[in-house]
Amino acid sequence: MFESILITIATAATPLLIASVGELVVERSGVLNLGVEGMMVMGAVTGFGVALATGSPWLGVLAAIMVGALFSLLFGFLTLTLVTNQVATGLALTLLGLGLSGMLGEGFVGQPGVKMSYLYIPYLTDIPFVGKLLFGQDPLFYLSIILTAGVAWFLFRSRAGLTLRSVGDNHTSAHALGINVIGIRYLAVMFGGACAGLAGAYLSLVYTPQWIENMTAGRGWIALALVVFASWRPWRVLAGAYLFGAVSIGQLHAQALGIGVPSQLLSSLPYLATIVVLVLISRNRRLTMVNTPASLGRPFVPDR
Amino acid sequence: MKKTILLTAAAAAVLSFGTIAAEAKVKGCWVYVGPIGDFGYSYQHHQGLLQAKEKFGDELETAYLESVPEGADAERAIERLARSGCNIIFTTSFGFMDPTNKVAGKFPDVKFEHATGYKREHPNVATYNSKFHEGRYVQGVIAAKLSKAGVAGYIASFPIPEVVMGINAFVLGAQSVNPDFKVKVVWANTWFDAGKEADAAKALIDQGVDIITQHTDSTAPMQVATERGIKAFGQASDMIKFGPETQLTSIVDDWGPYYIERIQALIDGTWKQQDVWGGMKEGHVVMAPYTNMPDDVKKLAEETEAKIKSGEFNPFTGPITKQDGTEWLKAGEVSDDGTLLGMNFYVKGVDDKLPQ
Repeated sequence: MFESILITIATAATPLLIASVGELVVERSGVLNLGVEGMMVMGAVTGFGVALATGSPWLGVLAAIMVGALFSLLFGFLTLTLVTNQVATGLALTLLGLGLSGMLGEGFVGQPGVKMSYLYIPYLTDIPFVGKLLFGQDPLFYLSIILTAGVAWFLFRSRAGLTLRSVGDNHTSAHALGINVIGIRYLAVMFGGACAGLAGAYLSLVYTPQWIENMTAGRGWIALALVVFASWRPWRVLAGAYLFGAVSIGQLHAQALGIGVPSQLLSSLPYLATIVVLVLISRNRRLTMVNTPASLGRPFVPDR
Repeated sequence: MKKTILLTAAAAAVLSFGTIAAEAKVKGCWVYVGPIGDFGYSYQHHQGLLQAKEKFGDELETAYLESVPEGADAERAIERLARSGCNIIFTTSFGFMDPTNKVAGKFPDVKFEHATGYKREHPNVATYNSKFHEGRYVQGVIAAKLSKAGVAGYIASFPIPEVVMGINAFVLGAQSVNPDFKVKVVWANTWFDAGKEADAAKALIDQGVDIITQHTDSTAPMQVATERGIKAFGQASDMIKFGPETQLTSIVDDWGPYYIERIQALIDGTWKQQDVWGGMKEGHVVMAPYTNMPDDVKKLAEETEAKIKSGEFNPFTGPITKQDGTEWLKAGEVSDDGTLLGMNFYVKGVDDKLPQ
């Protein structure tokens, strides 16, 4: 039972983690894309549709990643090339995604989808207590961990990552140094879109293999909050996603046990926990300042 | 060239609009709390709209708004419909109760029909609801027959009378077979969040329940039950496709006949304020085929359904004891509808504390 609870937590945390890590890279480059929810839901509908049509969840995942990236390109074009307001454009992207996905997915409603199969390694998966947890989950779970490690390495150990962070911290200086600010931001935005698309596919192919309109149900917003919660650090995003997952699953168990605490209070626990941690983290102002991308959300128009 | 095409298109649009307006006798409008693609509650209401459309053809013009949140937004949505020339507006969720009545006061010529509520503050507001709990009683009977653990899991949405009533009916049905039967309740505090509903189902299964029923609107719990190899009940629509080996039955809301009846009344000029609470007898509550169970259980379920349908039996017939041990109904006593519609207590056997 303990193992299956941990697996449930991992399933709840993985889509948040994937979307958050993507958005973290976007924000590290100085762009605030509030359209995570919209890109995610587009990924969910695409992943579901392609998997249903081809019978292959992997093709669904691939298509979702591509659509997520393409959809974010729209955001990129508007905010980076036409220099529209990032907050408003991001919100518009969410609304567009929710509406468009509902329209595209009309024919998918009520159809059971294709579920991505779990990993199975002989002997290893059969180890009692930890086998299924470590070696028997869905492939995207492992991918999410690799993704986090990869982004952490990229941002803080590679030269390209340093360049990306410099763009996010001070785009004017970066520009003066001859760095292609807009180009790098385009790439970051597309990476974020691809991750959001993948997170959406996780919902419609692994978490609940079906298409229902608006099935992201606010997870894109939670992913956005997690980035701030993690003070723009990849491993903290992972910790945040799992904390959030653990508290939301834990409260369901508490309810099923019938411990007599009002369910409304229990349901709000994940959010309360997030706020408490956020307050604790931001007590150290200097550390927060160091991690916050200084150019976040500020428009950049290169002067000739 | 391009301009001509545009102009022609515009003209065609105006023309076709003109013809619809000339032929349509009445405009019916619907407000849904979820997306019509939820394959659950709102989906079924929309099926009702489609049935009405098919019945009346060109005589009926329809419009609907989906995913309207309960609260301040609802009032604006309803008012917008009223202003746009709707003759009759069906607001299909409990939380639309006050907004519906508020808007109804401003538009005395428009008829309002509010589902699952009890307030009729103006003569142009009618209320309608279905006795879903009749179906839940039957489900309880099946659950107690099939469950080895003697515990069922119940994924609930919000602690409103309708949901509490459903839980109680389920427990009473189960206890008619096994007096010690228990129900574990998890409140999702949402009507519609596939992921959360799936998590709730997993939590319940991890705690040892071997049958799941739900009062939330997505098909996710059915899929989880399938994955974990236990049985489950569908909700609002027939969800057999999501669990061919899992679904025992499902309570199917069939709103079509009611919508057709009310729109007909409006066309005939006989529309009057009323409060309809239809159940199995009226055809509002239909059970999906009984599947994945032995024949004796199926027979018992069918008998129970027949008894409720004929009016011979009411699920809320005493003796019934409340959760706190006090007596609610004496032997043979039947609850009045008012108590049910305001139900805010559990009967004995529910392993949960009712959120107040």
